[in-house]
Amino acid sequence: MINITLNGDSHKIQKGQSLFDLLQDLKLDPGKVAVERNLEIVPKSTYQDIEIDDGDRLEIVHFIGGGKTI
Amino acid sequence: MNNDNFKVADMSFSSRLIVGTGKYKDFEETALAVEASGAQIVTVAVRRVNVMDPNQPMLVDYLDPKKYTYLPNTAGCFTADDAIRTLRLAREAGGWNLVKLEVLGDQKTLYPNMVETLHAAEVLIKENFDVMVYCSDDPIMAQRLEDLGCCAIMPLGAPIGSGLGIQNPVQIRLIIEQANVPVLVDAGVGTASDAAVAMELGCDGVLMNTAIAEAKDPIAMARAMNLAVQAGRAAYFAGRMPKKLYADPSSPLAGLI
Repeated sequence: MINITLNGDSHKIQKGQSLFDLLQDLKLDPGKVAVERNLEIVPKSTYQDIEIDDGDRLEIVHFIGGGKTI
Repeated sequence: MNNDNFKVADMSFSSRLIVGTGKYKDFEETALAVEASGAQIVTVAVRRVNVMDPNQPMLVDYLDPKKYTYLPNTAGCFTADDAIRTLRLAREAGGWNLVKLEVLGDQKTLYPNMVETLHAAEVLIKENFDVMVYCSDDPIMAQRLEDLGCCAIMPLGAPIGSGLGIQNPVQIRLIIEQANVPVLVDAGVGTASDAAVAMELGCDGVLMNTAIAEAKDPIAMARAMNLAVQAGRAAYFAGRMPKKLYADPSSPLAGLI
């Protein structure tokens, strides 16, 4: 197991998982989200190739209703 | 008025109303209000996914991104860096370059921080974003943003969410006169007449959220805003009569008994 920070919270996941695997485990549609890994945008086309490392900080975001402010 | 399309960043829209998708009761109401508004561009926010409950409904399930142009915003960002980071993520999530930049400077007034806004605009334009920018109603700042390459200038009509209407018609007018890119009033509209005023001034469009979402009947207000923007645009082209200080009878006085 490795430790990662996912959307600000610590999580334990299996070693050797790709970003694509993680999204599947989280039941998230890769088409509807974007991922930032250690402050770098991860291109959608590389989700299968990116292996998540111990200590990675991931942000997974999507679009929500929003106009102005919060 | 035929073919009077709103053009921005090489895209063309028949509607000149852009609506936000926040503050609604639920996604059903959001979808119905957007439909009634006739808007073809909707602003959306970028936020963390709830990884504990991924089955929560998502906006994209109610407003089809193929039918509506999603305009990701940076609402809630108070620094250029946060805004840039948010829009980079938005581009990856959506796959398009058209974004709305908004960097706020103060919690109480939500007035834009123009120093941070200029900095963020510069970085984003270098990265090939098409930047529609929320800004102060200062013609000098508006010109700077246009010179940087922003594709639309969007001064506030009044503070965000205030519903006070167009407080600064002189400033908005100056910005419109000098601009070679679309100018939209973004923020401050409270009711239909405010939207019409903005359009009569010669704005290319109006962006609003709260005026619709916080109306007693948001769907009915969305319809009203749709009509107001069209009416204001038509009046702008029609050219209003001159204002006079005294009465001027409409019926001829000759032949009076």
